[in-house]
Amino acid sequence: MAAVSTRPAGRSRVPWWAVLWLLLGAAYFLLPLFATAQFSLQVGRNAYGLDAYREILQDPFFRQSLAFSFKLSVYTIVVALVLLVPTAYWVHLKLPRLRPVVEFLTVLPFVVPPIVLVVGLLRGFRWTPTWFYGGYLLLVAGYVVLAFPYVYRSLDAGLRAIDIHTLTEAALSLGASWPTVLLRVIVPNLKASLLSAAFLTFAIVMGEFTMAVIMLFNTFAVYIAYVMETQATGAAALSLISFAITWLSMLGILLAARRVGGRQVQIGGVR
Amino acid sequence: MAELTRERPDVAGARAGPHRRRSLAWLGVVPFFAYAVAFLLFPSLSLVVGAFQSEEGGFTLRLVEKLIQPGTLKAYWGSIQLSVVTAALGGLFGLLLAYAVVTRGTPAWVRTVATTFSGVAANFAGVPLAMAFVSTIGFTGIVTRFLRDAFGIDLYEAGFSLYSFAGLVIVYLYFQIPLMLLVITPALDGLRREWREAASNLGATPTQYWRHVALPILMPSLLGAVVLLFGNAFGAYATAYALTSGQFRLVPVLIGQVKIGNVLSDPHYGDALALGMVVVLAFTMLAYGVLQRKAARWQR
Repeated sequence: MAAVSTRPAGRSRVPWWAVLWLLLGAAYFLLPLFATAQFSLQVGRNAYGLDAYREILQDPFFRQSLAFSFKLSVYTIVVALVLLVPTAYWVHLKLPRLRPVVEFLTVLPFVVPPIVLVVGLLRGFRWTPTWFYGGYLLLVAGYVVLAFPYVYRSLDAGLRAIDIHTLTEAALSLGASWPTVLLRVIVPNLKASLLSAAFLTFAIVMGEFTMAVIMLFNTFAVYIAYVMETQATGAAALSLISFAITWLSMLGILLAARRVGGRQVQIGGVR
Repeated sequence: MAELTRERPDVAGARAGPHRRRSLAWLGVVPFFAYAVAFLLFPSLSLVVGAFQSEEGGFTLRLVEKLIQPGTLKAYWGSIQLSVVTAALGGLFGLLLAYAVVTRGTPAWVRTVATTFSGVAANFAGVPLAMAFVSTIGFTGIVTRFLRDAFGIDLYEAGFSLYSFAGLVIVYLYFQIPLMLLVITPALDGLRREWREAASNLGATPTQYWRHVALPILMPSLLGAVVLLFGNAFGAYATAYALTSGQFRLVPVLIGQVKIGNVLSDPHYGDALALGMVVVLAFTMLAYGVLQRKAARWQR
């Protein structure tokens, strides 16, 4: 460790222990992915091919579950943003004293994991009509709650980075109405935050299993679990596809942050 | 869009003077609070009611009694053990990895790759994660086969199983380590180079610097992060579902069995189990809040 501190400022060599840890980490994290890829390509004992993928792509349930999860994620993104963008803006602008309360409520889903939330939703909304109780709207309602921490934190970072007071006052003094201020002044300035919130929510909903399986919906993740019971190579192929979806969402966040030029918002983690 | 119309009264308020504006500003956050109450607080509260309710609707302690049966307690104990071990190991490895990433000399692109990958891996759970490890260290996984063919070491003959406690720990670390890296990197950034230089100017060895300067400063963030990892593992259902086929009992799996399984159909029992989880998590979050407040003193 001493090697680092004694070096003069400027460029220094990567310390050996850092290289060692990074290599070990890379091995632990990449090996399972490599193994899944190899397994998904296995046809017989020592033969390889794309059979598993072909079979999956031909399965109508694959497309149905993927489309369903996609629909759920779009609804979740829309509801979460419509709910949280005005709230976050308003709290930052006018109600700074409420900020800790809103922050607390938005991190609360960390205390209430999906398995608990879904049991609570099923218990609490038992009295509602079947179209709501048995429909996917209740699931979307739960997903919005799961998205709270990520969306709010991303918006919070974005709002801190711009001067909303000056922007708002300038727009108002030029005669803009509140909806105009929000939609045509604030929202365009939050583009990076909004995109990263949307991509993150997308990644979460596309991979969400717990709430969907308890509510008996055939989402993409539930479909993967179903395939795993019958066809292992197919499940490996689906696992890679699922991983790729999350990966693409994260790349989307990275590119959004870069293109808009904003600071990179903390991504992922903390479930 | 309802929010926008609700904010409209404030336009009038802005013109009528500061007094009126303050009195109506809270209307803007009504939709959010209404939503949070309806879909977060109300469901959590109905668990409390559900856990003490009999099938006929009357009050009962039967479900709480069921909670403290040896079988159920064993599931809680299993969940707590798994969460403690993966939080500790994930915290340690995550910290070491994060330190390797932020240390001087490591190129900047390593950090971008590591944090982006961590964002993916921290969200990688459930059946896909289970599948990845089945293909790696499952009975016919590539590492298992490699060890068997190249060294004659048979993991499964030696007593290892992916579906055992040790197996679950290895799998859980796949999302615990990245989460630790994401959470602890900002704290490591907060360690100023001046502190290290000051310490070494005063004659401190690197060990002394870590022992007396860096670790005490990092400790609150470290403990907070580990508490977060605990909660993360404790509430994880998807991965446990895919890997514990009845061999190793965990609370989330038990809840799943009560809710969707046809063997044990006692829906109120599920409420009691979930409420028990909330109680455990509430305690860990309380600790988290206290530790975070301490950590904030040394940041920025």
